[in-house]
Amino acid sequence: MSTTTPDFAELGKLKKRPLTPGRVVLQVFLLGMALIWLFPMLWALFNSFRDYGFTLEHGYISFGGFTFDNYLNAWERGGFTTSFLNSAFITILAVGLTLLLSSSAAFVLARFSFKFNFAMLAIFVSANLLPPQALLVPIYRIFRAIPLPYWMSDSGSLLNSQLGVVIINMAFQTGFCTFVLSNYMKTLPKAIYESASLDGASVWYQFWGITLPLCRPPLAALATLQVAWIYNEFFWATVLLQSGDKFPVTSSLNNLKGTFFTDYNLLSAGSIIAALPVLIVFFVLQKQFVAGLTLGSVKD
Amino acid sequence: MTSQTTTASRQQTSAMDKATPVLMGLIPTLVVVGLIWIPALFTVILSFTSWDGVGALSGIEFIGGRNYVEATTVYPTFWPAIGHNVLWLVGLFVVFTPLGMFLAVLLDKEIRGSRFYQTSFYLPVVLSAALIGFIWQLMYSRDQGLLNMLFGTQIDWYGDPNINIWAAIVATGWRHTGYVMLLYLAGLKGIDPALREAAQMDGANQFKTYVRIIFPVMRPINIIVMTITFIEGLRAFDLPWVINRGRNGLELISTLVTSNVAGEASRIGFGSALATLMLILSSIFIIFQLRVVMKGEDR
Amino acid sequence: MKQPAFLLPRLGRRSFLLGSLGVTAAAAVGCSGSVDYTKVVTVGSDQSDDAPRKAFAEMMAGFTAHETKVNTVDHETFKEGITNYLQGRPDDVFTWFAGYRARYFAEKELVSDISDVWANVEGMPESMKNASSTTDGRQIFMPMTYYPWAVFYRPSLFAERGYSEPKTFDEWMALNQQMASDGLIPMAFAAKDGWEPMGTFDMLNLRINGYDYHISLLAGNEAWDGDQVKKVFEVWAQMLPYAQEAALGRTWQEAAQSLLQKQSGTFLLGMFLQQQFAASEEAKDDLDFFIFPEIDPAIGADVVEAPIDGFMMAADPRNLQGSRDLMLYLSTPEAADIIVAADPSRIAASSLADQSNYSALQKKAVKVIEEAKNISQFLDRDSRPDFASTVIGPALQAFIRDPGNIDSILDTVEKQKHFLFTS
Repeated sequence: MSTTTPDFAELGKLKKRPLTPGRVVLQVFLLGMALIWLFPMLWALFNSFRDYGFTLEHGYISFGGFTFDNYLNAWERGGFTTSFLNSAFITILAVGLTLLLSSSAAFVLARFSFKFNFAMLAIFVSANLLPPQALLVPIYRIFRAIPLPYWMSDSGSLLNSQLGVVIINMAFQTGFCTFVLSNYMKTLPKAIYESASLDGASVWYQFWGITLPLCRPPLAALATLQVAWIYNEFFWATVLLQSGDKFPVTSSLNNLKGTFFTDYNLLSAGSIIAALPVLIVFFVLQKQFVAGLTLGSVKD
Repeated sequence: MTSQTTTASRQQTSAMDKATPVLMGLIPTLVVVGLIWIPALFTVILSFTSWDGVGALSGIEFIGGRNYVEATTVYPTFWPAIGHNVLWLVGLFVVFTPLGMFLAVLLDKEIRGSRFYQTSFYLPVVLSAALIGFIWQLMYSRDQGLLNMLFGTQIDWYGDPNINIWAAIVATGWRHTGYVMLLYLAGLKGIDPALREAAQMDGANQFKTYVRIIFPVMRPINIIVMTITFIEGLRAFDLPWVINRGRNGLELISTLVTSNVAGEASRIGFGSALATLMLILSSIFIIFQLRVVMKGEDR
Repeated sequence: MKQPAFLLPRLGRRSFLLGSLGVTAAAAVGCSGSVDYTKVVTVGSDQSDDAPRKAFAEMMAGFTAHETKVNTVDHETFKEGITNYLQGRPDDVFTWFAGYRARYFAEKELVSDISDVWANVEGMPESMKNASSTTDGRQIFMPMTYYPWAVFYRPSLFAERGYSEPKTFDEWMALNQQMASDGLIPMAFAAKDGWEPMGTFDMLNLRINGYDYHISLLAGNEAWDGDQVKKVFEVWAQMLPYAQEAALGRTWQEAAQSLLQKQSGTFLLGMFLQQQFAASEEAKDDLDFFIFPEIDPAIGADVVEAPIDGFMMAADPRNLQGSRDLMLYLSTPEAADIIVAADPSRIAASSLADQSNYSALQKKAVKVIEEAKNISQFLDRDSRPDFASTVIGPALQAFIRDPGNIDSILDTVEKQKHFLFTS
């Protein structure tokens, strides 16, 4: 790779003259890298459409044996109908709550200078760095001890309840989101708040009516990232849920792995089905995503 | 912003205005403290016990520091796991984070097909670890994997304990690079073009512009990228766990904790000691991280 | 700075609010599925694969006395999570394994005593009852099926090459030598998940040191760095050159494929190996086995490893009478027949079960087990779960990686055993 690395000085001149050899080198380099990056996924996609018996016989470097059966089988065996609903519930609720909590914490951090601000930021930022595994046992016990009415959880507690998974994901993600949002909010011009205060706008209105709408780009970006993370999270879901019919997609993918039979092509198909929702969210929000991650990085 | 207010209601709201920010700060703080810091404290306490996780809390027996002695002197996978964590962190920090930043700088140049390149690099970011582990299994498998077929080798990429940590780092770097590229690119897009042009007028070449002007201006993004690299390095768990439950060359502290605490084994006391060691190790980075963040706060 | 945010409509906030409301509503709806748990018997099942799951459903349909609700969790997750599962709100009845692994939960009072159910059980051999009992003679487990561990091979390959089943260890090593010179991998081998090599260790220890020593060793009463255990690894080290290399990255399914494709000659594994053959038209019936050959004539070869799968009852089932009725049903030959018919790599525990449809392989397995003097379960079922999974599994993998390092490996095993069994 390093041999094709374009040099910066050369690129500078290219900006005005788009058809120079340097620009071609840049294109070739990027194209090569992009193909390397895409290839593993395309390979999985390719094999998900092939019959296991065929690849077993002819090896994976071969052509043919195309079928759609893997997808039908994977859908049926993976129990995707239920697990997609479970994932949607957990992900949407957790992402919504996380953004609500973190934006209000970020607002306080960005707009007020309380004495405890420093400590609060420290608590939030470092909580995000703690390993979840380290907290498993206490969380398990705490959740088991918190009673819930049966209409909310048929286990009668936060344990083996999707709400438990929502809450723990929320607690873990709040730190990062608060950090990002408070960074962004600090870049908002102070003049808006000054004039709002003069107009007598309440603090709540300053948050809900002024700040949040302005924070739409980072909120969209964080929402996309959080959807991907929480949707893909499997540690908490696996240890806190005990009923197979409550599992989200990532945990129930294990059903396809099979204790007794490993069919790579079936697994490919199942994995691609599982990845679809988050890919769709990603493509839909792509524009806001990149814009939102600007994160107010430039101070004037 | 257009609300009509009288002096009376202004006074009323000012009392509420004092309470609102306190509540807005307090509730999230309570959530984070209650669900993360208090459990972390309990874990530290449990690390001094021999608890097997079954039955009432009153049955817990304290055994002093024996778990720590056992973990650091006898437990055969402890030191290898520490080594693997360091490798993981270094691998991301030295190779994949800079690669992601570099790609972002290249893609910032208004080139044709930029959207396609961006998408290619960050697609892996949205995939789950299970899927990434599996996608690379198709590459790495000894008997049916693509790599061995292409190169005619017989290397057992996931199975050979001397190699598999590297194979896993490459797979994780595949995702990490796109993530860093994305964050960094977003940051670069936010830079005022005037700043760059002003620099170019002075005759600085691209490289110098980047080092002297862009990089310092990108400080908040640099901090975020660094944070994320640390998080990924320290908390690395899902990929090795998916590959082989973190055994046989892929031991990381997180997988050791999990197999002791979450598995059928249920060695809560011992697993908590490992977890506490992980917390202590994390706190070194946390303190470092906080110092950098706080320095920014002072400005 | 740029201020693109100013130009954006306020849609963000409103849709955000609406979205949250919608989700909260969904939450209320999603969680309100009500089941009267005192009327229904809930069953936790680890039979997550396609065919076994269907057979399980069919088997449960045969139980008509009460309504049942099956909760299926994938095999590995179910096993790993068992301690948490039993301490939460477990299903009334759940799938589990016989041996120390069952007794451990009885000791911890996480499962029910089902001696009163056993009083009405018919046709269960004495050996099954013993395997289902605590040390003080109470029954806590209901066996349904079992399968032997043995050395499997393809008879057609043996016929082609003129090989015959070895009776002693020396004959076996000679056969291995022969296979190696014929260009075959003598022994297929997998060790990726850590439990597969436990089967090899068990058989070697049973043949070299005998049943009583084996059980005592796994209960933590013998020294792991002693001469007996070292002897086991010495013999194993002689076998390793004949075993498929790079076993640490291979699953048993992949190793079974090499046997299926006649690249390897034999494979020491549980009879579930047959499942890999079931999918192949050509090789479906081309599978046979011999029991692990005798090493020491004084010890003989009369111990067979045959793990028993079955059911346990939670400590506090919400539907006690229904659970008892279900346990009794699970002991019947009718229930076992359905499971065995769907998975011919198993044998029914009940002696009343219908054996007329058994394959030659199943019939041979029945005979071998009837002739056995003692039956062991499996390393991870005959020992403490923490010891088996966090100490022995990694140690066996370390041995396979570097057989020359066995002394220091066993030294650490002994130290860890000491810590585990005394703290």
